[in-house]
Amino acid sequence: MTQNPYLWLIPVLPLAGATINGVLGHRSSKRAVTTVALTFSGLAFALALYIAATFSAADAPYGFTLAHWIRSGSFSADFALYLDQLSLVMLLVVTGVGFLIHIYSVGYMWDDPSYYRFFAYLNLFMFFMLTLVLASNYLVMFIGWEGVGLASYLLIGFWFTKDSAASAGKKAFIVNRIGDFGFLIALFLIIQHFGSLEFTKVFDSVAHLPAGADTETLLTTIGILLMVGACGKSAQIPLYVWLPDAMEGPTPVSALIHAATMVTAGVYMVSRSHVVFERAPTALMVVAVIGTLTALFAATIGIAQTDIKKVLAYSTVSQLGYMFMACGVGAFSAGVFHLMTHAFFKGLLFLAAGSVIHAVGGEQDMRKMGGLRSYIPWTFLTMGIATLAIAGIPPFAGFWSKDEILWQAYSSTHGSWVIWLIGVITAFITSFYMFRLLFMTFFGDYRGAKVDEHGHGTHVVGHDDHGHGEPHESPMVMLAPLMILALLSVVGGLVGIGNRFEHFLDPVFNTGAASEAAGEAASSGTEYMLMGVSVGVALLGLFLAWFLYISKPYLPQKIADRLNGLYEAVLNKYYVDEFYRRIFIKPLIDASTNILWQGVDRKIIDDTVNNAADGARHVSDEVRHMQSGNLRSYAGWIAAGSAALIAFMIWMGVR
Amino acid sequence: MVPLSYYLVLSGFLFACGVAGFLIKRNIITIFMSIELMLNGVNLSFVAFAAHWHALAGQIFVFFVMVVAAAEAAVGLAIIIAVYRTRETLNIDQVNLLKL
Repeated sequence: MTQNPYLWLIPVLPLAGATINGVLGHRSSKRAVTTVALTFSGLAFALALYIAATFSAADAPYGFTLAHWIRSGSFSADFALYLDQLSLVMLLVVTGVGFLIHIYSVGYMWDDPSYYRFFAYLNLFMFFMLTLVLASNYLVMFIGWEGVGLASYLLIGFWFTKDSAASAGKKAFIVNRIGDFGFLIALFLIIQHFGSLEFTKVFDSVAHLPAGADTETLLTTIGILLMVGACGKSAQIPLYVWLPDAMEGPTPVSALIHAATMVTAGVYMVSRSHVVFERAPTALMVVAVIGTLTALFAATIGIAQTDIKKVLAYSTVSQLGYMFMACGVGAFSAGVFHLMTHAFFKGLLFLAAGSVIHAVGGEQDMRKMGGLRSYIPWTFLTMGIATLAIAGIPPFAGFWSKDEILWQAYSSTHGSWVIWLIGVITAFITSFYMFRLLFMTFFGDYRGAKVDEHGHGTHVVGHDDHGHGEPHESPMVMLAPLMILALLSVVGGLVGIGNRFEHFLDPVFNTGAASEAAGEAASSGTEYMLMGVSVGVALLGLFLAWFLYISKPYLPQKIADRLNGLYEAVLNKYYVDEFYRRIFIKPLIDASTNILWQGVDRKIIDDTVNNAADGARHVSDEVRHMQSGNLRSYAGWIAAGSAALIAFMIWMGVR
Repeated sequence: MVPLSYYLVLSGFLFACGVAGFLIKRNIITIFMSIELMLNGVNLSFVAFAAHWHALAGQIFVFFVMVVAAAEAAVGLAIIIAVYRTRETLNIDQVNLLKL
């Protein structure tokens, strides 16, 4: 492992920015806050680029131990950083997309009274996210893991005076806790069996475990528990419910945290632990099943949503499902590839959606948009590119990664045609709802009121001062990141041609040879055929969306009426939130109220304390009469006591 | 030779008289005298044991007690006189200013 003394600066720079803005921000001008926030996140990005430029596979992995932390018997955990090909990809995505979104936020949040607070949180998030991806052991990773959860909570509830935002923040935090519980248990198991949390040591021990049922049971348990953690952070069934609600946060937050970076932490963690999963086929299958189901399930919900950000939220859940699908069939590099391209196009989609919302004065309901193409051409152009990318139309980024996943799902030894089929169906639905979003927003006639007041949904974004009727294009500071991300969404997938991306990650995953062999065996003819199918369904989705929303715009309503029950269910997200409320939340609240609060707390704890106090008072009320101050009564007590003592001694015969 | 138990019974009787007087009487001087009675009851048992066991320590104790009792009588009588001068009474139940 090569020591790299610059490594620690990357996470610490945003932390410095967060500290400066958090402490001094309320007293400094917006210009100063902007300078600090952009400088520190930009420096982190520049440093990441420098390290990437000087990165050589021969020296990898890079490491740096910042400080000793826990030394307890044979167990030790340090503040140590670790950089290999996998963390390098994550590093570039986090700092790069993060920096672009910082720039975008300058425009988007300019009128917000808590401008400095926003950037302090955003930088704080960067710090924790970079800690997470650069960690060299599970414990440091866990710090980052919890830290991004905290930053996510703070940013979802950024407009905390709004009730829905505050409770969405709480929901995200609590649901994540459930996942973290699994992660933590997995860590305890790792400590118990391998005596270390250091990635290299743990994976080395795992690789050298003897084959057998015991080993497999252990690794399956650890794997599934890790996956529980990943389900929480990466919004997979059954813990995905927090992500759509998280859209209450400002749109740049949705782009950065809830699309591009934080929610992919689960994928990163599973990929990082690939050694464990590869030796536990059952755990791998669980990952694949969860990913596949989530992909399909969330995509179907996306069809009926009318809130532009909610569509993107369910789309994110669905795309994360794809990544887990890839991990689940053992194609970790394909999952990470999709993670990267997804960060580009989904970040772009969210930022563009923010630009749209900005343009129409805070309205998020797509039914009140339409025809925006001519008002905000740049936003339309970039969002169109992102839509083509996510739909999987070549040569845009999403095509390459999604196709790689589907191919692996079909051909990998852990895959099966069922997973592939569901993946293709999901691809079709994805294409459909994304073009539906595009057509509803940008085509047809403008259906919104001529805005001069806030739409209901949003926020304090501060569109008041515009006071005009026309939707308007966003300022350059917001458009520039859109354009850069659009460029990346076009060319970002090209690194995957000829499996170059996969080969780059080979030193980490070490599976290149195996999957290559599988690919060879299944013949490239099949690969091209499957590729054709996935492009075909994407175009089919495009066509269907065009047909329903441009050609025959009255049809969707009719179909919805015809399929009333199903439509209602989809519109209401299959009543999952209601189901959780009934099954988990309500019993929990009832039990807490009736048993823990009224029963244990009131009846047992409070009553014990109160009765003890009351008893003491009553007894002393009686007993205090003994202490009358009358000297002779004291003497009487003494005499009576002595007499009793003497009588006792005589009676007992004590000499 | 008078047996030891006679002395002890007399000593106990004197002590009990002292206790009874201390508890029952209200006049401070009487109470004071009762205390002297108790002290002397104890003194009697001391000398009785000293004579019986031929141990000088008991007799020396008695001298100590007498000295303390004399000192106590001096201080106590002074206090009683002071009380009588201010309160014009020797009834102990009326000297209760220190009570709550």
